[in-house]
Amino acid sequence: MATVRLSFSPAPVHVRTARLVGVAVARRAGVREDLLDEVRLAIGEACTRAVALHRQYGLAEPVLVEMSDSGAYSVRVVDRAPIEASIGLAALDADQLANESLNEDDLTTGVGFALLAGFVEDLQVRPVDEGVGTEVRMVWPVSR
Amino acid sequence: MELSLATRTVGEHTVLEVGGEVDVYTAPRLRERLLELIDAGARHVVVDLGRVDFLDSTGLGVLVGALKRLRTADGTFALVCDKEPLLKIFRITALDQVFPLYPTVEAATGAGK
Repeated sequence: MATVRLSFSPAPVHVRTARLVGVAVARRAGVREDLLDEVRLAIGEACTRAVALHRQYGLAEPVLVEMSDSGAYSVRVVDRAPIEASIGLAALDADQLANESLNEDDLTTGVGFALLAGFVEDLQVRPVDEGVGTEVRMVWPVSR
Repeated sequence: MELSLATRTVGEHTVLEVGGEVDVYTAPRLRERLLELIDAGARHVVVDLGRVDFLDSTGLGVLVGALKRLRTADGTFALVCDKEPLLKIFRITALDQVFPLYPTVEAATGAGK
């Protein structure tokens, strides 16, 4: 059961709010101070990805963020975009990043996944259990 | 903290000082400013990230876009960054191998024509 649940219209301006809430709940849950920057970045990347997908598919439905502090600190970011569009953990190497033919959107997506994978040890991207969409699930240890 | 942008000239370099949060909401303003500078003729651009306290993939995408645009125009593009959390972001994404990164503006403008 979620401790804090936040849903927001898929607009870039709200991603910052999600980051701030996510870090506040993480701090209260007992996530180590030196991990909070990474928590902030990861929640931001997951929400940015969800907003981008909703805008790409013209979906007005809100993005859902659920934060739970039972045992560990876990965050679920749920989008409602078609599943085939959502999964693609493509890590780009330096040559690909610098390639002139790579457009900015694809580069941003690849870099976003690299940041998620690099900063979150316990990371899952999977279809939602019901309906259309994917969830990014991230877990951090707590020290209590 | 909101995004702040300030431009100054050091020799032949145009230095863009960026502060605050560069994310999916604010990155378009950074993109717009960089394009303005390049369109106005800047060819050696240094972006000083010294006062940036948050940088996400959208901001990184904008910086790569400026790098590529300047390369195409026979220009140069360098970043100034000495904060470990930001440097870690560049390492994790392999962008430390794409951008010339300098610890100070002096180093960037002196070494990076």
